[in-house]
Amino acid sequence: MSVLAYGVVVWLFLMGIYGVVTSKNLIHLVVCLSVAQSATDVLLLEIGYRAGGHAPVFVNLPAHPGPAVDAVMQALALTDVVIGAAVTALLLALVVQVHKRAGTLDPDQLRATRD
Amino acid sequence: MSRRARLVFFAVAAAALAATLGVGLAGLPSFGAQVSAYARMLNEVAPQQRHVTDVVSAIGFDYRGIDTLFEEFILLSAVTGISVLLRPLSDETRRLPQDKAPDRTIPPPSPAVWLLAVFLSSLLLLTGLETVTHGQLTPGGGFQGGVVLASGLFVVYLGTNYTTVERFQPNALLEASDGLGASGYAFIGLLGLLAGVSYLSNVVNLGITGDAVSGGTIQLLNVVVGVEVAGGFAILASEFLDQTAVVRTRQR
Amino acid sequence: MSQAVVAVALVWVAAAGTAVVLTRDPLRQAFTAGFFGLALAFFYLSLQAGDVALSQIVVGAIALPLIVLLSLAKVRKGRE
Repeated sequence: MSVLAYGVVVWLFLMGIYGVVTSKNLIHLVVCLSVAQSATDVLLLEIGYRAGGHAPVFVNLPAHPGPAVDAVMQALALTDVVIGAAVTALLLALVVQVHKRAGTLDPDQLRATRD
Repeated sequence: MSRRARLVFFAVAAAALAATLGVGLAGLPSFGAQVSAYARMLNEVAPQQRHVTDVVSAIGFDYRGIDTLFEEFILLSAVTGISVLLRPLSDETRRLPQDKAPDRTIPPPSPAVWLLAVFLSSLLLLTGLETVTHGQLTPGGGFQGGVVLASGLFVVYLGTNYTTVERFQPNALLEASDGLGASGYAFIGLLGLLAGVSYLSNVVNLGITGDAVSGGTIQLLNVVVGVEVAGGFAILASEFLDQTAVVRTRQR
Repeated sequence: MSQAVVAVALVWVAAAGTAVVLTRDPLRQAFTAGFFGLALAFFYLSLQAGDVALSQIVVGAIALPLIVLLSLAKVRKGRE
């Protein structure tokens, strides 16, 4: 189970980077980057998981609730998800302006601006 | 470098990274084992100390409130960056969509789409308000509720057209709410300094656990973060929408 | 039982992530990305993380496909 759990993190990250390296379209590249970024969220939450634990919300619990999972990791991952979307939007705004100037979305066709 | 060379380089680097990550991750405690001592202690003391039932909100806005302040400013910078990037360039103008055939009316949206848009946007606004104000009781809070509130505006665009949604998102109001939310967080933190304890302390009356108004500054900070995130994401979407509908290359 | 759910969620996340990367056309990738967001939300729920799952649902199903589609619309419009 540990191998599967942490292996998925490594797999997601490397697949995201592979998508960035072999991309032929800038919008595809930005979405692959967001896949790589979600690998870090997955790792954070996996570190904070306790087998048999319940969510760290203490209302209407049964008589013997058992341990709770890590709330600190959830607080870290929570803002990370929303900020990741905002940064992806910033990258897409860059892509839109690059397309206006260069006329193409292919990373291999882009050249450094001369003026 | 050529594509082949790049792929080979990537393969080598990825193998090295996977090996390093594997060694590093193997040193972690096994999946599902005991959580850290800090987390266990917070799960014990947070409901009594702060009169909240959702410990994640208490950590995000009270015990680690300073981190959330910085995250909020990251969001503000990202939205500002998008607004700057998508401004009309030197060879573009902003021109509202013109009615080229004024004697023919635009067909109204079909009744099914319109009804669904009205229903969904009201539902999303209500859910967003509920999520923002109940962040200290159940999973939810400012970040999630803010995005839900912004999506209420997106649904209006999906069900109608650009000119209708422009009436609902006056740019000045959205920018004001974004700035107000970000600065509101910083100012609520100052309440702690004014009360004589450290910045971002929970100095407001904590209330009874489980009440609709409880948790002190946790609920206040949830509300300002909700305002900021809603304003931020609405500005984000309206900038992209403006690009498709309004910003045109200047005709020579 | 919960271990089995977590294992299924993990496999779904890995498969959905691979699908997102291997979908080269950006328009189709927007749909695959929404599906990947759903997989992530299910995985977070199986790990008892309600707050994070809520964030992921609203971001991955609403905000991200919206901005990808709007960028595509702008790029295609400029091309014609």
